[in-house]
This record gives sequence, structure tokens and C-alpha cells, in this order.
Amino acid sequence: MTRYASVLDLVGHTPVVDVSALSPKANVTILAKLEGRNPAGSVKDRVALSLVEAAERDGRLIPGKPDQILIEPSSGNTGIALALVCRLRDYHLKVVLPTNVSPERHQLLLAFGAEIIDSPGAEGSNGAVRLAQSLSEENPEWVFLYQYANPANPLAHYTTTGPEILADVPEITHFVAGLGTSGTLMGVGRFLKERRPDVQIWAVEPPSGEVVDGLRSLEDGYVPPIFTDNDGEHLLDRKVIVRPRESIEWVRRLTEVGLFVGLSSGAALAGAAKCAATIDDESTATIVTIIADDGWKYLSTGAWSDDIDDVVERAKSIIYF
Amino acid sequence: MSAVLRIPTVLRPSMGGESVIAVDGSTVGEVLLQITTTYPAIKGQLLNADGTLHRFLNVYVNDDDVRYLGGVETRIANNDEITLLPAVAGGAW
Repeated sequence: MTRYASVLDLVGHTPVVDVSALSPKANVTILAKLEGRNPAGSVKDRVALSLVEAAERDGRLIPGKPDQILIEPSSGNTGIALALVCRLRDYHLKVVLPTNVSPERHQLLLAFGAEIIDSPGAEGSNGAVRLAQSLSEENPEWVFLYQYANPANPLAHYTTTGPEILADVPEITHFVAGLGTSGTLMGVGRFLKERRPDVQIWAVEPPSGEVVDGLRSLEDGYVPPIFTDNDGEHLLDRKVIVRPRESIEWVRRLTEVGLFVGLSSGAALAGAAKCAATIDDESTATIVTIIADDGWKYLSTGAWSDDIDDVVERAKSIIYF
Repeated sequence: MSAVLRIPTVLRPSMGGESVIAVDGSTVGEVLLQITTTYPAIKGQLLNADGTLHRFLNVYVNDDDVRYLGGVETRIANNDEITLLPAVAGGAW
């Protein structure tokens, strides 16, 4: 086995596994890239490392200088990944976290030494973003990396995830991933389109449930700046919405091929299956999708054991992406 | 063509409190225009002055975002399901 000097050297270079046994079409291969193998457990390890290293390069963070504070809104995985990076680089991290994230996420943040600032659960990620923005304005000495607008987010995927996918799956025809900050889709999408213009980029829109219900007006809506900056509307070829029930069903189906994955990955696979269903019988296609994290942080949802109607109801008020 | 339109909570006060209505039209644009005629209060919340979609409004036909199909020109077939959803930061169900 290779020997590594730091846990941060373990970020990236994740494996790809064939899950075509779940493909609705025999002529369509579906491959899953297992981002849960990253050290803090999700695809966001790539982003967190990229955000911190970019801030160190441009002087917003100074390695070794005491008492440097970072603030970031996160529904979980970015916060956990940043907490790991900050613990190893000796920065203090404040995570603005909606109160309705799963308890496992809360505890992981504390385990890596992050400070949690609660934001209203009903306002979801939008509310966390707003609170982090206002706190950062009140405390200009805090470093606000702002994953939704920071080019280092898609850059992480442009320089690592995208090249890894093309090296491992040169025959790729479609890339399907969940749409959160849009960093994965913008970074991998741009990398692939520059080299293989025919590759189709599909976004899977997560179900929005009670967060959408909590909006006071359409003007409370939000489009991540990195989506706009990367001309996401032209970069994406298609965007499909996946319902909570479909996501849970696919989380369960993935255990048939031995994968224990987080709920957003169920949605990603559901999207990959929709994509596969559009391929005609005479053609072949190879779809690559992203398993953003493993299932450990979601055990409290009962996603694998409880009645699916109960799980879907519970899922509507909890943030999983 | 007769289709079903699903309305998000945030737009219901401007649309008579309804959550699902039956609509007619052969394109998404026709359906949205028809709605603004029936519910004038919704005008400006769905379409911009140039006829494009409001930037914080996503419109799905059978779970497909119309921005990546034909936009407001996307064809509607009988019994299609059209869903309006506000754009929010990814991260919630």
C-alpha cells in the first residue's frame, strides 16, 4: 500500500465501479464514482481543500498565523470537509448550519472541532447562506470562502474530478450529477465539454420540499453565482427533478450492487436511470454519475429499514444534500 | 392540449389559493400566458417583459426543466404534468 504523509493527501483519486446491473437498458453502462472514499467522507473534501488552498495562495489565509477564523454556510458535507482541513491547518471554523440537518452531520462537525451557528431549519440552505453573509459583513476580519460563489469550488472538479473521470472512463457519453452549489457540474462539465464536446451533461435537481414552501416570495429564490459565472444554462444539456420517494427507492436499490450511499446519491442514480431510458436500443452509452457520500450520516433517517412512506415524510423536513 | 399545472406555495396567494389546476395550451409559453390572463396578480412573477422565464422560476414538464428543452416554446402533450418551482440553493428536499 502507498504511504501518505497527511490525511489531506488522501483527497481525490476515488474509484469508479460498474453498477450497470441497475441500468434500465442492457445497452447502457452506468458507472458510479465513489466520493464517499474521501477522508472526511464526501465529494466536498475536494472543494474544501481547494477553497482553503486558494485563500492561502491569495493571502486571505496565512498558514501558521494564530487565531484566524473562517465562516461558511453548509448543510453538512462542506462544513465537515472544511472542519477537517481547518483542524489540520490550525484555523478556527464557524459553520452556519440549518437546524434540521441530520444529527450525524452535527456530531461530525463537532468531532473535527468546528463551531456551529444555527440557522432556521425552515429556511434551509438559503437561510444559512443569508445568515453567513450578514455575519461576515459584521465581522470583516473573518474569512468567508462562500462555496456558492468561489471559483475554487468548480476549479477543484475541473482539475481533479473531471480528469480522473476521463482517465478512468475515456468512453464516457453522459455525466449525471446532483445540483447543489453546482460546483461538480460546472467543473466536471466544463472539463469534459472542452475535451469531448459530445458528452452530455445532466443535472439532477434535488426535491425541495418544505424549504420551497417557506419562501415568502419568488424574489427569495437563489441561483448560485458559480452557476451563472460558468454559464450553467448553456453548459448543461438537461436538468431533471427527482422526487424524494424515487431517491429513497434508488438508495435501497443500490444495496443490490453492494453500495451503501447517502440520499443525494439515490437521486443521482435515479437521474442516471432517467438518462439511460432516453438511449435508443440500437445505440450504446456510458453514463458516469457521482456518489457524493456514503450512507453512514443518514442512518437516523431509517432510509434502509423503515416503511418508505414514513421515510419520505421524514425526509421532507430534513436537509440531506 | 389539456395538462395539469402544479403550483408552489409561494405562488398560490396570487392564483386563488389553488395547488393544482387544469390548463390548456400547446406550449409552455401559451400555458403561462393563459394563467396570467386568468390570474392577473401573477403577472411579472412568471415571465419577464421579454417573454423569458423569471430567473428564480423553474418550470418542469414531466420532471424535465424546460430551460434545457425548448424554453417557453417547449411543446405540451395531452395529460402532461407541468410543475412550477422556485429556484433555491441546493441542499434540501
